[in-house]
Amino acid sequence: MADQKHIRNFCIIAHIDHGKSTLADRLIEYTGLLSDREMEDQVLDTMELERERGITIKAQSVRMDYVADDGEHYLLNLIDTPGHVDFTYEVSRALAACEGALLVVDASQGIEAQTLANVYMALEHDLEIIPVINKIDLPNADPEKVKREIAEVIGLDVSTAILASAKTGAGIKEILEAVCTLVPPPQGDPRAPLKAMIYDSFYDSYKGVITYFRIFDGTVRKGDRIRLMASGWEGVVDELYVFRPWLTPVEELSAGEVGALAATIKDVRQVRVGDTITLADNPAREPLPGYRKATPMVFTGLYPVETNDYNRLREALEKLQLNDASISFEPETSEALGFGFRCGFLGLLHMDVVRERLEREFGLELITTAPNVVYRINLTNGQQQMIENPAAWPDPTKIESVEEPVVKATIITPAEYVGPLMELCQDRRGTFLNMEYLSPQRVSLHYKLPLAEIMFDFFDQLKSRSRGYASFDYELAGYEQANIVKMDILINGEPVDALSCIVHREKAQRIGRALVSKLRKLIPRQLFEVPIQAAIGNKIIARENIPALRKDVLAKCYGGDVTRKRKLLEKQKEGKKRMKAVGSVEVPQEAFMAVLSTSEEED
Amino acid sequence: MGIALYLHIPFCIQKCRYCDFNSYAGYGPEEQQRYVDALLREMALWAARPEMAGTPVSTLYIGGGTPTALDGALLERLIRAVGEYFALEPGAEVTLEANPGTVDIQGEKLHRAFAAGANRISFGVQARQEYLLRRLGRIHTAAEVEKAVAAAREAGFTNINLDLMYGLPEQTPAEFRETLHWALSLEPTHISAYSLIVEEGTPFFAAQQAGRLPLPPEEAEEEMAADAVRILGAAGLEQYEVSNFARPGFRCRHNLVYWRNEPYLGLGCGAHSFLTLQAPLDNLGPAGPHLSASRVQGDSHVATAPGRPGDHYRFWNLRTPAAYQAALEAGRLPVEAGEALDEAGEMAETMIMGLRMVEGVSEARFAARFGRSVTSVYGQVLERLERQGLLVRQDGAVRLTPRGMRLGNRVWMEFLPD
Repeated sequence: MADQKHIRNFCIIAHIDHGKSTLADRLIEYTGLLSDREMEDQVLDTMELERERGITIKAQSVRMDYVADDGEHYLLNLIDTPGHVDFTYEVSRALAACEGALLVVDASQGIEAQTLANVYMALEHDLEIIPVINKIDLPNADPEKVKREIAEVIGLDVSTAILASAKTGAGIKEILEAVCTLVPPPQGDPRAPLKAMIYDSFYDSYKGVITYFRIFDGTVRKGDRIRLMASGWEGVVDELYVFRPWLTPVEELSAGEVGALAATIKDVRQVRVGDTITLADNPAREPLPGYRKATPMVFTGLYPVETNDYNRLREALEKLQLNDASISFEPETSEALGFGFRCGFLGLLHMDVVRERLEREFGLELITTAPNVVYRINLTNGQQQMIENPAAWPDPTKIESVEEPVVKATIITPAEYVGPLMELCQDRRGTFLNMEYLSPQRVSLHYKLPLAEIMFDFFDQLKSRSRGYASFDYELAGYEQANIVKMDILINGEPVDALSCIVHREKAQRIGRALVSKLRKLIPRQLFEVPIQAAIGNKIIARENIPALRKDVLAKCYGGDVTRKRKLLEKQKEGKKRMKAVGSVEVPQEAFMAVLSTSEEED
Repeated sequence: MGIALYLHIPFCIQKCRYCDFNSYAGYGPEEQQRYVDALLREMALWAARPEMAGTPVSTLYIGGGTPTALDGALLERLIRAVGEYFALEPGAEVTLEANPGTVDIQGEKLHRAFAAGANRISFGVQARQEYLLRRLGRIHTAAEVEKAVAAAREAGFTNINLDLMYGLPEQTPAEFRETLHWALSLEPTHISAYSLIVEEGTPFFAAQQAGRLPLPPEEAEEEMAADAVRILGAAGLEQYEVSNFARPGFRCRHNLVYWRNEPYLGLGCGAHSFLTLQAPLDNLGPAGPHLSASRVQGDSHVATAPGRPGDHYRFWNLRTPAAYQAALEAGRLPVEAGEALDEAGEMAETMIMGLRMVEGVSEARFAARFGRSVTSVYGQVLERLERQGLLVRQDGAVRLTPRGMRLGNRVWMEFLPD
């Protein structure tokens, strides 16, 4: 059993690209956990997608041994945190598992919005924060400026800030020393009833769900019968592990330690982040604070391009759900797209990541319908309804009012882009909250924004209006009433369920026009004229016509042309087969995605 | 039952800017001589195969490229060789393609060709307007067209085709009408009027990609197509295929063989054949590894296999003159690759090719050929296409409506097997 005095549990808070993974690798390397040969670049980011996007989706952990300058032998647990706004709750749980955090800031970039949000969260959890100015080897590094920013914005003491370069290895030892001397040791009671917090899990096809936890009080041993207090699951611990960095079996773990367990848990949904593990025959009186159930915020329809891929899509979603309990899905049918699934995600990035994994890891081709948030509808009969699918939108005459989710957004930007960014927020129905100068050059803008308004290319707009310098973070801030309507798209007079979307009434016309014009360009000419319309209820708000196809013929075909011309016709037929029939109109896949990329800025 | 024979001459004085045919500019007399020698060897090899034993040649078509790019003696030798190696039916249609810019003023070439047995001549004319001829990269003027047609008559040709094009960059319907009337004044028996296809790999394609090919608007092209049918029809040249018009009795019999999906043998580099094999056709591909650069016709997705006796086999020769000649000089057939058509494929092609003709596909002939009625094979497809107004079934034939003729691809693809 480890002596708590020598345990240090810490995490790294950093913006994307500020070098978190590389820094973690250097720490692992320095403590000699892995030889150079074993040192796969960036050990902590395991998924291909995570590496490509430079973000961490699953929290990884590693346990390191370190003999400090004081001659003492320390046990360092580094808990990596998910790196995106969609996973704020998961981040909060990972932070709660630590006593300290390294605040890593790029020496040439300064603090970004997301870092700031996470630092505030870490401060709320009373974490000891050690500022690390990273990438000091870069030519445009300005560590002094970044230090000043940290001091002014967060109010941290930067006199002990460590200058580091994960690339060259500078500052690595100083970081390890600082973790030992500055981060307080855990102070749990190893003899009290077991209280361990789940901060992540993943599914292993042999062992079932592997649960990651941090013990606050008590001791757990192999063979113990445990209970998960929120989900109610009970079972026996088959294996206990620590992270070195791969799972290494141990016999017991106690207060202050970080580890994982396998207990033949089949369903990842039983293992909820934030839940408390206790012993079944000597349970804790109450769970650890801060647990809440993750609820999907963004919904979209996912349909296989090839209709007979439906079962493969279901199996793929089931597999992903094994590892990610926050994905929800249920069967959905669309007249135009056939059989698919209505899927719920924590946020947009989460949605993107899942979709990309489905396409890449499972080789599925998918059509995604326009994502929407969950609306709360107050009906005239006094009842309330949560709507996560435009198809389920009630008859407008029965709607008393509609509420939509809103977020509190923080944007950090160089001062010169404040104007364009405020314009963007106003345009997205934002309410200005306040603005602070982090330094004479950098501004932190705070807005309340409808969640729906940041779903369509908000991030891209933010980047393009600030030349890539602005950063953005948000937290959910409840529901607010808004003038929201359902807009239908009619192709050849028939409403197409998969193209319906929920919009703000004042923007309906602009969005409708942009969408209709986009569809006109995407839908090839048919044998007859095809009107494309946008409508709210019975009222047409935008219309364009696709003129009838008048000529499609190979002018020349003799003996020498047959093989080649047949190939051309086969290709044409193949293209036609891949289209979806909407009534008698053939609509290409891309048309259903048009909504995804249509912003009202287009016209 | 006779066979249609095609001879390919891959030489041109200059490549036209829209042309993606297998033709090459810049070949001199020795190279032409070597090529014709190879062609004669190929005839000899085919003459010795069972498919040609006792099979008369009912039509001969010498196309290109530009057959009249050959000098008169070579041309004559070539035409005469056909009669020496094969049984040319009495009264066979023998067509010679000609570029008005390659016909000498004395008409010596045309005299020799006619004397050797050619009885139909097809001139690439394209347009009357000089700016269009230049833009297309043609080597002749409108005046030279008139002289060439006169020379052909002088040589003895009475069955004369003129190729025209429409939908050309900046061409107006009025200009095309002028071209039509002018062409009619030359009193041809046959006119082919092609709507321009911008083919990949041509200078026109590059220009179009770069946004520098101002094609006429859709309505104008449509007007030109309608004008062709109307003006030529009024002059007694009736439309009988998507792009072909003829006086009664002057339809091109050779091309009718293609459209009726009947057997043909194509000789020369890159030429295509379709016939029932009676002996294996293997040892395909280039003669030596150094020549394997010759590219496969169409795209690489064509599943090719050596031909076996009984196969309804479509095959094609090595594409470049060099590879083609090398194979023959090594004493073997220059076939690059081929595919055996299954029944579904052959039925589909019979429909696709047949529906190019105004007369359409004869239901009786289809049933006799495949032992199944058109209805039993394509009943549902035909019903749908009829409903869409693209096709009719009348007088024992399936044929396209005038609208169907403009939307042929939409019809044809429906017959392809899944």
